[in-house]
Amino acid sequence: MLTAKDVRQALLIGLWFMFLTFPLLVIKVNTIEDTIIWRWNNMFIIGGVCFVATLALRSGRRLLVQKKQEDASLKNSRLSSRIRTHLHHKMVYLPLLSLVLLFFILFPTQFSTYQTTIMTTALMYVVLGLGLNIVVGVAGLLDLGYVAFYAVGAYSYALLNLHFGLGFWTVLPVAGLLAALFGVLLGFPVLRLRGDYLAIVTLGFGEIIRMVLENWSEFSHGPSGISNIPRPGLFGLDLSLNQSIIYTYYLMMLMVAFTIFVVNRLQNSRIGRAWFALREDDIACQAMGIDKTRTKLTAFALGAFWAGMAGVFFAAQNTYVSPKSFTFLESAIILCVVVLGGMGSIIGIILGALILILLPEYLRAISDYRMLVFGATLVLMMIFRPQGIISTVRRTYTLKR
Amino acid sequence: MEPLLSVEDLTMDFGGIRALDQVNLRIHPGEIVALIGPNGAGKTTFFNCLTGMYTPTGGTILLNHQGKGGKRINGLKPNKVTELGLARTFQNIRLFSNMSVLENVMIGRHCRTRSKIFGAIFRDPATLREEEDIIGISFALLERIGLADQANTFAKNLPYGAQRRLEIARALATEPTLLLLDEPAAGMNPQETLELNELIFSIKDDGLSILLIEHDMKMVMALSDHIFVMDYGRKIAEGTPDEVRYNPAVIKAYLGEEDVRA
Repeated sequence: MLTAKDVRQALLIGLWFMFLTFPLLVIKVNTIEDTIIWRWNNMFIIGGVCFVATLALRSGRRLLVQKKQEDASLKNSRLSSRIRTHLHHKMVYLPLLSLVLLFFILFPTQFSTYQTTIMTTALMYVVLGLGLNIVVGVAGLLDLGYVAFYAVGAYSYALLNLHFGLGFWTVLPVAGLLAALFGVLLGFPVLRLRGDYLAIVTLGFGEIIRMVLENWSEFSHGPSGISNIPRPGLFGLDLSLNQSIIYTYYLMMLMVAFTIFVVNRLQNSRIGRAWFALREDDIACQAMGIDKTRTKLTAFALGAFWAGMAGVFFAAQNTYVSPKSFTFLESAIILCVVVLGGMGSIIGIILGALILILLPEYLRAISDYRMLVFGATLVLMMIFRPQGIISTVRRTYTLKR
Repeated sequence: MEPLLSVEDLTMDFGGIRALDQVNLRIHPGEIVALIGPNGAGKTTFFNCLTGMYTPTGGTILLNHQGKGGKRINGLKPNKVTELGLARTFQNIRLFSNMSVLENVMIGRHCRTRSKIFGAIFRDPATLREEEDIIGISFALLERIGLADQANTFAKNLPYGAQRRLEIARALATEPTLLLLDEPAAGMNPQETLELNELIFSIKDDGLSILLIEHDMKMVMALSDHIFVMDYGRKIAEGTPDEVRYNPAVIKAYLGEEDVRA
């Protein structure tokens, strides 16, 4: 079903690519002998490949469109919605849930401690993603400095332990609350900001925290960081390194379960609805009697809370913290988890975190290309599913009579 | 009878532009009052001043809150004004488009409910009861505007007229004493306008007062007890529909010539 127009277009695209890649693939300067090698072969290969690929893509797309039109008559035929309707059935999701749970429970017994450590990290990002989701996904406040709260949590544990000898369990809630406090501190000056402006200020906030940690040596030990942070304790028992890693893994699992429980309940509450309304339209939200200031501040505080707790886990797992772990890249990855997973969707974010953290690890086999594959995944994802792996589903209500 | 809302010498300046110039207006309980005037007359600015979106430059807005005498509401935050019993709809629809129809109405209940973070997490009996109340009241409102069977669809998927009605339901959910409607019939077909008229009358029957901005003169004349006419930020006339209809100043404002008789 290819027309002359398709062929012409493909030809043009081929020529265009020949032109674009000319300086890179054709001209080769030998700097030692000062000669230029012209690799004309490359040019024709590129042209040919682009031509064929374009034709293939076009006919493929045409077939897809035809197929879609055929499918359109069948309502709800799209895979995602079909999966969704099945998932909502109790007979399906309960066994599925227990299977997933079983997998995570048995994970450390089946895999090496190396794998377990990676999984612990991935679970940490689940908590971070769910926390940031409150701010970005639910309340719609673009926060590019989320890592700051993570740093607050990690350093709370490191410093409180160093100076006061406080243990993991004591610091865990304290760090969460401290991070929430910092969330409010960040929240106050940015109350009037929205969108891009908010993003820039939060970005700055993240950098400020990192800079302070890096330069205020008397307080934070500067760039060299703090080491010898104890791992989480189990009633004063002495754990070997392996046992400790597995123990941390299970704690992290509990933490994830706790986070899911709380975040889910928050989202489906009066406060959660206010957050969603704030995201949708902040003027109408205020006109409907919602206190914008308070709603924004609770979103920042409750989002930061989880980052603080995750920070404690991070410090305990690595037994070492330094400002290097809390760069902008970290914020960007957490944001990717939320966006890729699907803003506002808890299951989506769990999947997003697992994919985003595990994928680069398991791609080590093709080490040279792994970041390339990683990047390509992100780009493809955003082209074909801009709403994320799983888009938000609004809760449905029924009237009890 | 003591007025529900009395606005005295309300003035609003944007830089050097005087959008509202000493506007006076009174609304008595149970009245439907219309605010009309050509485009750019300052009607929506007036609304925004009443609902706390703008802080007026001068004048006073007194709201008779629960019969306890006039309370000055200039410069209060919009959510405070809503709590005091003024709810509004918007000229350009401002629904929460990615939330369900029911949730839109449930948002309106926010300022009348109290559950906090701990209630949300632990779901204690009080919170659960409150949540059930919210759902019950919201469903009842949806039934009233005929959208109960679409409660769980996204608000953005509703037809235009239904979206306008949903905005009214959302405003009603805040339990207002005065409902402010900003061009509720804009873009509606005659059938939808007719249904809207009935809805507004039924709201009036519940004892609410309504302040209405509208360009559909047939609707304004049919609904209103009292009409205020604005032009260039000033009030140029007021009275019953019949008084306003034949007022030369009004005709001039709308048609621009002095010797034309409607």
